[in-house]
Amino acid sequence: MNRRSFLQMSALAGGGFALGLYEMPWAQAQRRGVPRNLKPASFIRIAGDGTVTIMAKSPEIGQGVKNTLPMMIAEELDVEWKAVRVEQADLDEASYGGQSAGGSTSTPNNWQPLRRVGAAGRQMLVAAAASNWGVDAAECTTQAGRVLHAASGRSAGYGELAVKAATLPVPPLDQVKLKDPKDYRIIGKSQPGVDTHAIVMGKPLFGIDMSLPGMLSAVIAKNPVFGAKVKSANVEEIKKLPGVRHVLVIDGTLELGSFIDGEPGMEPGVAIVADTWWQAQSARKSLKVDWDLGPGAAQSTEGFKTKAAELLKGTPANTVRSYGDVDGALKGAAKVVEAVYEYPLIAHGTLEPMGSTAVYKDGKLEMWVTSQAPPGGRALVAKAMGIPESDITVHMCRIGGGFGRRLMNDYMVEVAWLAKQVRVPVKLLWAREDDISHDAYRPGGTHGLKAGLDAQGKLVAWSQHLITYGDGKRIVSGGGIGGDEFPSGYTPNYGLFMTAMPLILRCGPLRAPGGNAYAWVGQSFLDELAVAAGRDPLEFQLEILSNTPVTASGQEPRAKGPGDLNPERLAGVLKLVAEKSGWVTRKKGTPGHGFGIAAYFCHQGYFAEVAEVSVDKDNKVTVNHVWAAGDVGSQIINPQAAESMGYGGVVDGLSQMAQEITLDGGVVQQTNFHQHPLIRMRQTPPIEVYWRKTDYSPTGLGEPTLPPILPAVGNAIFAATGKRVRTLPLARSGFSWA
Amino acid sequence: MPLKLTVNNVATTVDVPPDTPLLWVLRDVLNLKGAKYGCGMGICGACTVLLAGRAVRSCMTHVSAAVGQPITTIEGLSPDGLHPVQVAWEALDVPQCGYCQSGQILAATALLAHTPHPTDAEIDSAMNGNLCRCGTYPRIRQAIHEAAQAGAPAQKS
Repeated sequence: MNRRSFLQMSALAGGGFALGLYEMPWAQAQRRGVPRNLKPASFIRIAGDGTVTIMAKSPEIGQGVKNTLPMMIAEELDVEWKAVRVEQADLDEASYGGQSAGGSTSTPNNWQPLRRVGAAGRQMLVAAAASNWGVDAAECTTQAGRVLHAASGRSAGYGELAVKAATLPVPPLDQVKLKDPKDYRIIGKSQPGVDTHAIVMGKPLFGIDMSLPGMLSAVIAKNPVFGAKVKSANVEEIKKLPGVRHVLVIDGTLELGSFIDGEPGMEPGVAIVADTWWQAQSARKSLKVDWDLGPGAAQSTEGFKTKAAELLKGTPANTVRSYGDVDGALKGAAKVVEAVYEYPLIAHGTLEPMGSTAVYKDGKLEMWVTSQAPPGGRALVAKAMGIPESDITVHMCRIGGGFGRRLMNDYMVEVAWLAKQVRVPVKLLWAREDDISHDAYRPGGTHGLKAGLDAQGKLVAWSQHLITYGDGKRIVSGGGIGGDEFPSGYTPNYGLFMTAMPLILRCGPLRAPGGNAYAWVGQSFLDELAVAAGRDPLEFQLEILSNTPVTASGQEPRAKGPGDLNPERLAGVLKLVAEKSGWVTRKKGTPGHGFGIAAYFCHQGYFAEVAEVSVDKDNKVTVNHVWAAGDVGSQIINPQAAESMGYGGVVDGLSQMAQEITLDGGVVQQTNFHQHPLIRMRQTPPIEVYWRKTDYSPTGLGEPTLPPILPAVGNAIFAATGKRVRTLPLARSGFSWA
Repeated sequence: MPLKLTVNNVATTVDVPPDTPLLWVLRDVLNLKGAKYGCGMGICGACTVLLAGRAVRSCMTHVSAAVGQPITTIEGLSPDGLHPVQVAWEALDVPQCGYCQSGQILAATALLAHTPHPTDAEIDSAMNGNLCRCGTYPRIRQAIHEAAQAGAPAQKS
């Protein structure tokens, strides 16, 4: 292993230092637990007056990384959190390592490297003090931004030591000493959001709030059908409207085939650029476009339903995983249960619509973006504009919600293109209607399930056939399914199959991609099986988790990593949520009232949730209470915010249960929140979040909190009514929120 | 046509079509970016401001309808962030992404001005028009109770 892992120290004007890193392959660092090869950047700056600035490297979308990542550095640097200034970094992955926010990876990927950055800084400041005082560094300690030498009673602030520290050799990152977690003073203590004060003051933090001298504002009238092209538009007429400066037909670069990628190219439309956004949006009302609708117009939700039903009857096109003898086991089973589960396309609907700001000058771009994946966005812009990435400066704005939508960077390309056309600063903001009707949708799916129980009520076989969107073996973005989908490996006979049908529409990952659908399917069907077996669903699932994992014949057993299900951890959160919710002694048999339980492992995190619901005579569902138990390892880095993420996952999952995107004549039928609803405060139950701390390295909370709530509620509805929710949204199973 | 407005106790004149939504006058003419665009239909509440103490959806309010009535935006709620609702919001670290929060704070402020000690049902009713995509509702509820205990000052109406 290459031990040339370097921090770079630079002296700062005014007698401070800046501590940066050298050439670090971030993923590798995470895998090996120790970073190396870091490139110069300034994660930490300590000014002569002792002011400590820590850079927040990743996009803040509400998941709290603007706190958690700097907290890791501050803890090991040993400074007072209150004394730290957190500053959002610009895009510079060579310096900062990965700067995308997705897959709940920020915590696990940064846990080792960022603590080591902080520890290295501390070590150098200690060395500086020891050198000044002529004492052994081992005799020195640190506390709240000061180095102390107890024997002589001397102490010095970090600011006083910065100049000296800047002259000292930088320790290899893999050799710095990390704190014993029991000594943590920042990690594990609730630290309010670094932007919270600015938010409650209404400060301009978000992408939509960007303002530059001479800036114009743009809206893009999107096509009515995905892929539709502009034949003609009354451009000259629109140009005459108040405030309008430019009307630009976007031919786009989209090419329609049998598989639409998450980043399929620039979509056609008509951009209206005006002095203010409202002028642009108002002018749009007079816009008349003759569209060439193209092949997308032949698509309808009903058509896909019919097609999916046909495909479900046929032979699956792909085997995702198969072992044992499913057919034989089903024939020999004491009981066979069959069901079809179906869920729709849904939209992300971040509250801040898509948009960004750009300036194009002298062949170079400067951008202020709202992307969760700015590195990918810059690459996409560079390709679309034919300029090198090094000529694109990317600043990250605070983002009004990501949820996976902003892993796609179409709006970055659009605003870059607009900036080049108009040659002045331009801010693009999508109208809500375009945002909902031109999302990168969570792909819908239909699952045919069949499972067998033996005479003792044990699960002996599980077969699952997913019909979803894609082409051949490829599933559209956000819809992938793995061979380890639970209970794969935990039942003696198993088959998971997939058949894809082409969709001319863009799909993409939505918070807990895969899991947000597959947890509902798998955990609802498991509940059906428990009922069929006459067993308690908790006990039934714990028994399955206690089975020795099956390794498919001809396959080497995989080394267990954090991405692999650890059955003990999933069982652990199930037991914890059962205890907290009083599952074992819950009230049963009251018509219109019931409890449901579900658990899921995804994105390295384990969650189990219990929902208690009431269902009235009109099938209106009230979720009375939710209990959630999570295991994301040894540390809950920022507890109050972590609990909020638990609330958020539950609320988001409840919202998903009533949402759908449908197509008629290729036109998305939903355009705003009245048709694609979010639950409201009165529909939000009390939510209790509990943690099971385990000895594993800490992992993220953006996604794993969400999946279990859907099946927990569905199972509770069954307990209350005897009616099984097998089709989402709820309305298509005859239910609605009260 | 020049229209006279009083925004956060400051008299100002704007020259925009009278049917311009108040939201876009605040954001793009007066450079007050706190109120947010979320839906443009009065569904989500991200654009909430106080008009004579009442919580209104500024995306659906013509600027002409605001003439002669005091307008309070998040920027004018307090000079220092010490309004009890802001203090409670900070103490409970309510925001996740934060985009809806200026609207939530002003809706809560209007509620507490008329109902100083709201029940959960009264909170649900008053806050029903404000969506939070991140799911901060439990924290908002806690913060409103906390602000009520601290005693939110009555708004002039």
